Amino acid sequence: MVPITTLHYLVVAAALFVLGVIGVLTRRNVVIVLMSIELILNAVNLNLVAFSRMWGNLHGQVFSIFITVDAAAEAAVGLGILIAFFRNKETVNVDEIDLLKW
Amino acid sequence: MNPAMNSALNSGMAPVATPWFFYVLAALAVASGLAVITRRNAVHSALALIVTLLSVAGLYLMLYAPFVAGVQIIVYAGGIMVLFLFVIMLVNIERSSKDRQFNRMWPVGLAAACALMALFVSAIAKGNKLFPDRGMTLPEGSNTQEIANMLYGEAGKMGQYTFAFEIASLLLLVAILGAVIMTKKKI
Repeated sequence: MVPITTLHYLVVAAALFVLGVIGVLTRRNVVIVLMSIELILNAVNLNLVAFSRMWGNLHGQVFSIFITVDAAAEAAVGLGILIAFFRNKETVNVDEIDLLKW
Repeated sequence: MNPAMNSALNSGMAPVATPWFFYVLAALAVASGLAVITRRNAVHSALALIVTLLSVAGLYLMLYAPFVAGVQIIVYAGGIMVLFLFVIMLVNIERSSKDRQFNRMWPVGLAAACALMALFVSAIAKGNKLFPDRGMTLPEGSNTQEIANMLYGEAGKMGQYTFAFEIASLLLLVAILGAVIMTKKKI
């Protein structure tokens, strides 16, 4: 059996990242778009922890904790915007958010 | 760490089934990630995302990062996903699960994502030179303590990341205020 290398983790993270990008670019539901952003951030975190193992130090792990903090802040603000928007327009579809488009 | 000690650690600590665990966790993460972006019902997507987060936490454990795995489970699966489920219950998903799920420009988005995937594949195809496998073994027992030393500093000195840590706490404060202000009807 092939031992698990850094490259294996990079492949998994790339797959998760691409799935997240597809979700962000194609879905209409804002909640699922935000969940896809969480998928992207998780893929980046997985990369950082894999590189932390590759270089044998902990900087990558510390950085991934900072990214988790960012993800929490982003989810709180994004869902707050979503609730404010839903109160005004009664919809959660991204393509109906077009007040600033002409 | 000298090589003899490293190999002793490896033979003493490496579980027998490690590759199988990796493949099972990776398949679970990718399959439920696919479920996140394809389900019609947002609650099903959220549950699939929880499975993804837990299997990524398992991958962190395999990478000698127990503290990051714990943070992943507590903050992501425990905190952020509860927030998502609350918001799904607040907004009306009955109506949005009945109408069109993908926006009108979805072929363009899919093409862009495929281009990104091609970029990743070409980077990974050259990967053996770019990402050498050095087979490092990180100390697992003192993992949390070393991360704390980098974040908070040790012996009265500021750590390498203490300033960034304070900025991160300020960011969280601003996010809390922003969320509260935007959700209130009248300020």
